[in-house]
This record gives sequence, C-alpha cells and structure tokens, in this order.
Amino acid sequence: MNRIMLSVAAAAVGLVLPCSVFERHAQAATPADTLVIADAIDDIVSLDPAQIFEFSGTDLANNVYDTLVELDPDNLGPLVPGIAESWSVADDGKTFTFKLRQGLRFRSGNPITAEDAAFSLRRVIILEKTPSFILTQFGFTKDNVEETIKAIDAHTLQITTDKPYAPSFFYNCLTAPVASIVDMKLALSHERDGDLGHEWLKTNSAGSGAYKLRSWKPNESYVLEANPDYWRGAPAMKRVFVRHIAESATQRLLLEKGDIDVARKLSTDDVQALRGKPGIKVEDDLKGRLRYISLNQKDPILSKPQVREAFKWLVDYEGIAQSFLKGRFVVHQAFLPLTYLGELKEKPYKLDVAKAKRLLAEAGQAEGFEVKISVRNHPDRLEVAQSLQNTFAQAGIRAELVTGTGKQILTTYRARQHQIYLGDWGPDYPDPHTNADTFAHNPDNSDAGNHTGKLAWRNAWDIPELTSLTGEAVLERDAEVRAEMYRDLQRRHQKESPFVVMFQENVQNGLRDNVAGFNTGGPVHDVFYWKVTK
Amino acid sequence: MSLATGLKPGTEGSRVSSLVRRLWQLLRLVLTVAVTFFGLLLVTFLIARVVPIDPVLAIVGERASPETYRAAYEALGLDRPLYEQFFVYVGKVLQGDLGQSLLTARPVLEDVARVFPATLELATVATLIGVTLGIPSGVFAAVHQGRWPDHLVRVVGLFGYSMPVFWLGLMGLLVFYGVLDWVAGPGRLDIFYEDVVPRVTGVILIDSLLAGDLEVFENALSHIILPASVLGYYSLAYISRMTRSLMLEQLSQEYVTTARVKGLSEARVIWRHALGNVMVPLITVIALSYANLLEGSVLTEIVFAWPGLGLYITNSLLSADMNAVLGGTIVVGSVFIGLNLLSDLLYRIVDPRAR
Repeated sequence: MNRIMLSVAAAAVGLVLPCSVFERHAQAATPADTLVIADAIDDIVSLDPAQIFEFSGTDLANNVYDTLVELDPDNLGPLVPGIAESWSVADDGKTFTFKLRQGLRFRSGNPITAEDAAFSLRRVIILEKTPSFILTQFGFTKDNVEETIKAIDAHTLQITTDKPYAPSFFYNCLTAPVASIVDMKLALSHERDGDLGHEWLKTNSAGSGAYKLRSWKPNESYVLEANPDYWRGAPAMKRVFVRHIAESATQRLLLEKGDIDVARKLSTDDVQALRGKPGIKVEDDLKGRLRYISLNQKDPILSKPQVREAFKWLVDYEGIAQSFLKGRFVVHQAFLPLTYLGELKEKPYKLDVAKAKRLLAEAGQAEGFEVKISVRNHPDRLEVAQSLQNTFAQAGIRAELVTGTGKQILTTYRARQHQIYLGDWGPDYPDPHTNADTFAHNPDNSDAGNHTGKLAWRNAWDIPELTSLTGEAVLERDAEVRAEMYRDLQRRHQKESPFVVMFQENVQNGLRDNVAGFNTGGPVHDVFYWKVTK
Repeated sequence: MSLATGLKPGTEGSRVSSLVRRLWQLLRLVLTVAVTFFGLLLVTFLIARVVPIDPVLAIVGERASPETYRAAYEALGLDRPLYEQFFVYVGKVLQGDLGQSLLTARPVLEDVARVFPATLELATVATLIGVTLGIPSGVFAAVHQGRWPDHLVRVVGLFGYSMPVFWLGLMGLLVFYGVLDWVAGPGRLDIFYEDVVPRVTGVILIDSLLAGDLEVFENALSHIILPASVLGYYSLAYISRMTRSLMLEQLSQEYVTTARVKGLSEARVIWRHALGNVMVPLITVIALSYANLLEGSVLTEIVFAWPGLGLYITNSLLSADMNAVLGGTIVVGSVFIGLNLLSDLLYRIVDPRAR
C-alpha cells in the first residue's frame, strides 16, 4: 500500500516541481525600445495593400507603407504630405498632379519614383480585390489605367478621374491603405504568372514606412522592425510585437503583470477593473462604427412618415449607453461618425413615449401593431434589441426578435426581407462619401437595381432628391462648402429617413502608464506605432 | 470505430496457415483503415458541397466582375460533374494537397503543420499528466473502496468533470501566473524567445533541446505547464474513474484471491496481476482521451492564447474558410484512425489472447 502512496506522491512532486523550481525571471516591464501589444488579429487575410480591408490588416499597412498624402496623427482631418510633397488639381477638376519628394528610398534601398506610385495604384485596379472600389469609383478601369494613372517624370505622377470630383474626396481616398505605395522592383521580382507580386505580398512587405515586417504568423502574432532611416525620423520603438490574444481577461492579466504595454480588446468589465490600478491607464478611442436600426419601406406601416419618426422617439438612447453599452458606445444620431468631414453633433431625439404615441395616432396606428426585429445572435446587440422591445411596447408596438448568425441576418437584410434591422455599419474609407453613399444614395430602388451595398436600397427607401444631393456633395470642390452640404444632408436624413442612428463605437484601450503617443487613428484612420514613446 | 479484427483461433497449427492468417489479419486491417479513410474523405467532400458558402465568392470577393468569377469558378473545377470533382479531390488529398486557406492565404497543409505541433505538444504533456496521476489514483481508490481515499479521488475526479475549463484556466492563470508568479503567462513562449531556436519539429520542448538551448526549454516548460495541467486534470478525472471501476471488477475475481492465498505480496497482486489485466481496456481509454485532446481544446487555447488546431479550425469555421475546416477535419480524422490503429496494435502486444 505504501508503494502506491509513494508513487502517487512521486508523480505529483515530479509534475509540480518544475513549476516552482523555475523561478520566473520576473519582468517588471517590457524593454524600453519595444512595444508589445495584445489584440485580436485573426481578421488578417492578406498583407497585400491591394487586398487589405480588415481592421488589423490596415493597422499593419499604416506602419509598413506610406501613401501619397497622409493624415496627421496629432490632428486627424487636414491632409499632410506623404510621399508626395505637394499636389494640385487642374482647372478641369479631373487632372491631379502629385510632386514626389526627392531622395526617398524603400526599405529595400530602391529609390521611390513616380513609376512605383503609378504601379501601386494600377495594380489595385488590375487585381480587383475587395477594397479596389475605393479607387475604381473615380472611373479607373483595367483598360484605361495606363492612361489615367501615369508617371510624367521620375517625380511627377498624374492621375485623371472621369468626373470633377471634390478634391477632398479624392485625396481622402488616397490616404486609405489600399493606396499604399509599393516597391515596384521588389514586388515584380517576386511576380508569379503576372500576379504583380500579389502572392508574395500577401505574406511579405515592400514598403517605405516606419517599420518593416519581420514575421507574421497567422492568428498568432506579427513582429515589426523599425526603419532607422525613416524619412520622418527613426521611430522610438525599435520593435513592435502584436500578439493575438482573443480573451479579454487574459489581456488584462498580461497588462497588470507588465508583460504587455497595450491591451486593445478589453471587455467593459475588465476596463472597469483596470481603472485606478497602479501603473495602468485607460484611454478612450472613438471609432467609426455606428449602431442603428432601419425600417424596411416595403412595409405599409413602417413606411408612413409619422411611424418612421415615432421610432426615433422610442429609443432609450441614454439609458442604453449608460448601462450595458457603457464605455463602448456613445450616443450619436447622424450617419457620419464624429470627426469625419461634415460631422453633425446635434442629437435631437430622446426617449419620449407620449410624443411617439401622438405620431402613431396621427398615422392611424394608435392601437399599435406587430413587428419583427432581425438581429444577430450577439450578446450586446441582443441587449439593445431587448431594450427596444421594451420601449416599443410602451407605445403599443409589439416587437418580436428574429435572431440568427451574422450571415443569416445579413442575407435576409440584403434580400430586403426584414421588417426592422438592428445592426452596425462601419465606414470603408476616410471620406464622408463612404457613409453618404450608403445611407443617402439609392439610384434605382427596384429589386432589379440590386444595390446590396447600399443601406438605402436594402431598406427600399426611394430618395431621388437625396440621391442627387449626395451626388452633388461628392463633386463640390470647396471643402468647407462640402462639409456644410453633408451637415444639411444629415439633418434631413435625421428627420425623414427610416434609419434611427443610435450610437457610435468607442473602444477603450488599456495601457501601461509609461506608454505615450499611442494613437489608433480614431474613426478615420489606423494605428500609428511610430509616434509611440515609453 | 474500433478496428479490432476478431480472429478465429487457429486449428491447424501449421506454420504456413499461421502465416496466411497473419497476412489476412494485416490485409483486413489495411482494408478497414482504407475504407474508414475513404469514408472520411467522402463525408468531408459532401459537407463542403452542402454548406451554403460560395467558395468562388470567397476567393474573388464581392466586387469582382462576372468574368473573373467565371474564371475562378472554372479554375476550381466546379463546372464539372460531382463524381469527377470527388475524384479530383481524393487525388489531391492523397498527394497532400488540402487546398489554400482563405484566411491565411497559405496552403492548408502548411497551416496545419504550423498549428498542429502546438496542439500535439499540449495534448501529450496533458496526457502524461493525466496518465501518471490518473492510473495510480484510480488504483488507489479501488484498493481502498468505500473509504476516505476512494471518496477523495472521486471528489477530485468529480471536480475535474464539472469545472468549466474556461473558468479553471482563468483561475489557474490568476493564481499561478498573476499572484504567485510560478509559471509564465499565456502563449507558448515569452516573445523575446520567439524564433530563437530553429524550427525542426514545431514542438518547442523538443526543438529547444535539439538546439541545446535550455533557457528556451525552461521558458517553454514554464508556459506549457499550466494549460497542460488544466487539460491534464480532465483526462486525469476520466482515466482515474475508468481505472477505478476496471480495477474493482478485477479485484473481485477469483484469481486475485488465489494469488493472495498463494502468498504473493499485495503490491504484486495489485500492480502486476490486477492492473496487468486492466491495461487492455485502459489503452483504449487513454487513446481516446488523447485523441480528444489532439482535436484541440478551443477554450483552453483561447484562454492561454495557444495557437493550436482547435483555434485554427474554429476561426476558419467562423470565417467560412472551408478548405481550412475540411483540411483540419481530415487531419483530426486521420489522427483518430491512427490512434485507433495504434491501440489496436498495442492490444496485440499487451494481450496474449489477441496475438
């Protein structure tokens, strides 16, 4: 019997011993020249800027590549020079000329020329990956790209659009990762079957940015190495490690222990727990995603103007933002996210059941009606849906929740088969047209129109007048006038549309308190690692 | 899905017939494995055709022109009849071509080769923990049936069964990493050790030893011990419970009484005679529990940021990356087949009746 006891004890000791013997080399903090970030980076599909269209991928591209014109991380909004030191548009409003900075080199040592810039933009059109629409909306096609995007000389690039678009619209789109300038020689040296280096660039970098990609392990990590000769100055952080850590509690633990510098996917609970902890700070980070409900205008009741308006008075905006969405969303009621050109800060609506009832009575719906809300099976969306169910009921509207996976619900929505849809919308590029085009533009409301990318079409909202106003705004050449046009557009949209925009996303990052200058690019852009100091 | 071939005892006894019988045995084994594998391929192929995911759309994106779509559609061979597609698929899989993952833009086989060693490493250490602790404690409980050691083992086992792994993992991290600082945190290595030793097998504990780098080995061990203990706890609970009931059955048999009467030491009776007879069914128990761990434990992998197979398949599933899901499924299925085969072969060694 003793031998049994002994063997159990021995086995236990043998297994437990290693853990206690290995005294951890206790690390008070990460090295001073290294930034370690925990994030969820399993959305990365490709590292080719012509294909990158996910949050984590654009973050990476923003640090590895430069664009012709860029956004200033300290003052998101006005454009600053990137690879182009100056730019102008001819009187025809269609011919744009970019003067490239002299003496710049890619990380490979190759000089940056206008040929590289032309190659980079053309390949986006030719490869036609998901984000290519950001450029093709200016009329570039595979067939005309040799003519419309061309190098005049080694340092002059000329681009011709098909219409005289608002210059701010064109420039804003050129700050998107899809317009990154790629090292043509390097990319072409890895070309396979005329793919313009696409296969190789999916897992490698060929840029001139502050960092170079050292390694990428899908769903695991990526490592960036600073470019000591970066034309804006060598970054303070020599290395940036980004690790995929999906679980918020794990991120929090790592941050508390000082094993990471930044935690980017923290839950509300973990953020609350971290507040006030020594050595840690929490920073708010407004993002571009909006949460809204929309009413299908094919529905005879939901298409009555008073009913549309009634719904806007039946949302407990503050109540929701202060309870289960606390910290993660702020109340926002216009279709452009705050900080976009033409942002509208007015919030005319609040929960007012009496007013909603009056409007319903005017519409002949005093006794209420039944309706279905389609919502993705996701905890915090369901919570919002339940709150809506409750406030709708106070006005006699009996709402039933139809839940499903993201794909199921989206399929119903795109097929215009929903009644009320509750969901999120994130802008595609840093220009107001991105949201105006979807919320307030519907050139053909018929089913055959099939504009599934446009929310106005999905909700069968026929708006010839707003459609033409949106079309005018995107052609307006004076940026100030243009911003005012968007504000007017949003005020009308706020009043008449079947959309109830409720919230704008706000992300909370946890940081070690010695980390300064961590800028995630806000709603319009992506993270900048080269500004960080410790 | 046992591959046991159940043989008739030989009557002739001649050497030739014995050889023929063995060859026949082998053939049947190979055939069973082949049929099972074919079934696996058929099922995965059909699943890929049934799910409402357009593989072409997934490749070309939503904004591609109809010509591009058509070209990709034909490149994938989707215009050909189903049976033809199946044969192409089988041919590809047999050549080790599991297709390209959409999510990582790499061949699935390469991806699986990258994530599987992480799972293999974790599952192996966990199973070692489960076996070295589970079998003795099961025996111990059976010997002391109905008394406090038995109750203790049962309570520990019950705990193992009923604790959510997610919670257990987080609590383990909080206590042993967060407060006591005995073990390293989530991940397979501290980032500063990453890519230090050359990758040979992908199992860091082995690679670091091959490179003679004890510092990396130590760091890897410090990282793996906690998740492996959490998973090991589950297999411990299962193995000890099975050992206990199997042992109880044996200990009540007459041969045990005979052995005792003959004056054999108690240790010999328990460990050699009784446990020896339990070994055969126990091998199946251990193999199954090992195979389960090799599928990858998604929750443990999430909590410990462990880049293994479970996480890979789940991620791929959520992003509708069918090649990766099916590739992963084929690998897991093959592992199951392999382990069954192995436990089958082990039977023959351990159990004289099966020879």
